[in-house]
Amino acid sequence: MVTSIIRRLMQAMFVILAMTIIVFIGVSVIGNPVDILINPDANQAERARVIAHYGLDQPLWMQYLLFLKGLLQGDFGNSFVYGRPALGLILERLPATLELAVTALGIAIIFGLPLGLYAGLYPNRISSKLIMSGSILGFSLPTFWVGLMLIMVFSVELGWLPTNGRGPTAEVMGIQWSFLTGEGLRHLLLPAFNLALFKTSLIMRLTRAGIQEVLPQDYVKFARAKGLREQRVIAVHVLKNLMIPVVTIIGLEFGSLIAFSVVTESIFAWPGMGKLIIDSINLLDRPVIVAYLMMMVLLFVVLNFIIDVCYTILDPRVRLDAKA
Amino acid sequence: MADHNNPDTATLLPEPSRLAKGISDFFRSPAAAIGLIVLLIICCLALFAPWISPQNPYDLMQLDIMDGRLPPGSESMTGLVYQLGTDSQGRDILSGILYGLRTSLLVGVLSAFAAAIIGTTAGLFAAYMGRRTETVIMRLVDLQLSFPTILMALMMLAILGKGVTNVVIALIIAEWATYARTVRATALVEREKEYIEAARMMRLPGWRILFRHLLPNCLAPVIVIATMQVARAIGLEATLSFLGLGASVTEPSLGMLISTGYQYLLTGLYWISFFPGIALLVTIVAINLVGDRLRDVLNPRNAS
Repeated sequence: MVTSIIRRLMQAMFVILAMTIIVFIGVSVIGNPVDILINPDANQAERARVIAHYGLDQPLWMQYLLFLKGLLQGDFGNSFVYGRPALGLILERLPATLELAVTALGIAIIFGLPLGLYAGLYPNRISSKLIMSGSILGFSLPTFWVGLMLIMVFSVELGWLPTNGRGPTAEVMGIQWSFLTGEGLRHLLLPAFNLALFKTSLIMRLTRAGIQEVLPQDYVKFARAKGLREQRVIAVHVLKNLMIPVVTIIGLEFGSLIAFSVVTESIFAWPGMGKLIIDSINLLDRPVIVAYLMMMVLLFVVLNFIIDVCYTILDPRVRLDAKA
Repeated sequence: MADHNNPDTATLLPEPSRLAKGISDFFRSPAAAIGLIVLLIICCLALFAPWISPQNPYDLMQLDIMDGRLPPGSESMTGLVYQLGTDSQGRDILSGILYGLRTSLLVGVLSAFAAAIIGTTAGLFAAYMGRRTETVIMRLVDLQLSFPTILMALMMLAILGKGVTNVVIALIIAEWATYARTVRATALVEREKEYIEAARMMRLPGWRILFRHLLPNCLAPVIVIATMQVARAIGLEATLSFLGLGASVTEPSLGMLISTGYQYLLTGLYWISFFPGIALLVTIVAINLVGDRLRDVLNPRNAS
């Protein structure tokens, strides 16, 4: 197992390296940084000074090595807009995004798992069919539009919940959290539900599909034949075998929740990373864009790695070596 | 249809009876039938938008800023009735939706189709050539699929810049890998079957086996994915336009219309965002219903 983990680790490193090349080529070669960095009215001497300052007069491979060096030191340069280190800006906003994503994931599990379980165990009931149709709707509803409608109903019409921002935060371990204050919690509710909608449908459908796969298995029939109570059959034999795929997907989806929070954050003016990246793309704030992209690459590679390792530990049938 | 003396086409097309059976299978689900009908109506509306919409929402000359933000059912000075109201520039929302549907469908179909061609070719090559080619292609696919679509799309837009064309490119780059993975998996199974062996025995050239024998038998999953992908692409285009990375303000797509209505939502002017969203939702649901049914009908496990 150790060899396969080391091998996986090397693959992960390779992915990160490949992505640095892609991002570097994309940002430095396709999008010409000189145009972005330099005021078009600048004279020749000024141009040359700026080009030399950012190392843009170096050959490409040299620029790439400098880029890598900066990366390893966490130095992406200063944001053009804020005039502060790009990585710092992003890390500052990371807790807000994490808080939103974790809450959304919690909501998706709390609603998705039981509903999917119910629809899977009693597939012929009308309520199950309603649940499944609802999940198609959940898949189809554009997240951003649902966000607007939530604002319209709960903020504008009913006036129950605030529309934007994090509200007052409380500090724990030097980081600001919204969920620790009552007002912050109220601010968190709408965005979290909005972000959770798609994932709830996903978990629901997955759980249902999993149940229908597990139920006809011999070990379930055997457990029933042994005369075990139905609750026990389901709680022990069905659920246990259902958990591996569902947990994997939940792990994978956490990453995509963070990526998708871009949309929700923009609607609810939630001051997280996603809002920052959209603003940065609109303002061509290159250092922040690069820092965000590399952050996300790292996050996804680490997540995938953890899931793969968990897989080998949880399920002895899965051998990473066999897959390679 | 099929010329059975020609070894190339003998395996190509399903028997007419199978096709007929598939079609009748499809319509056995009322939801799918409704979805298909609604989808056809939407396509017609989009296609004939210039002739049926009350005004050309992209022609700034026709817009009257004095008619801005009128509620649904209001009448303009020229006697034109704004059935669904107007946006802040005095643009008729109904016309905006009809024209917006054109953009949405075009972006969705174009990107899904291009991604399908690239992904299918890559998947076929990977399965048929094996060895190096397969390793390189599949590594690329793995790399791509380990990141969510929206992140890939954002990355591409950060590099390429804003605009509808770039959104299409971003969607193609973000989606091709799904096809490649599925087609490879299907092709790996098909490759071992007798008809491929027979074609090899007849010493047909490789490309011919690949595209005329292997490809047609791997198409079922491609069709299903492509249908779903159109819906996803439409949703993503709208999302990206909403974020201000796609369509321009003067030629709004559905996402952009919703976005322009966002700021007025808080003051109770709901229609600018509400109606385009409904149009978007109906389109996506209709496509998903059709795709869902297609998956059931085309799935060989359900054939018997």
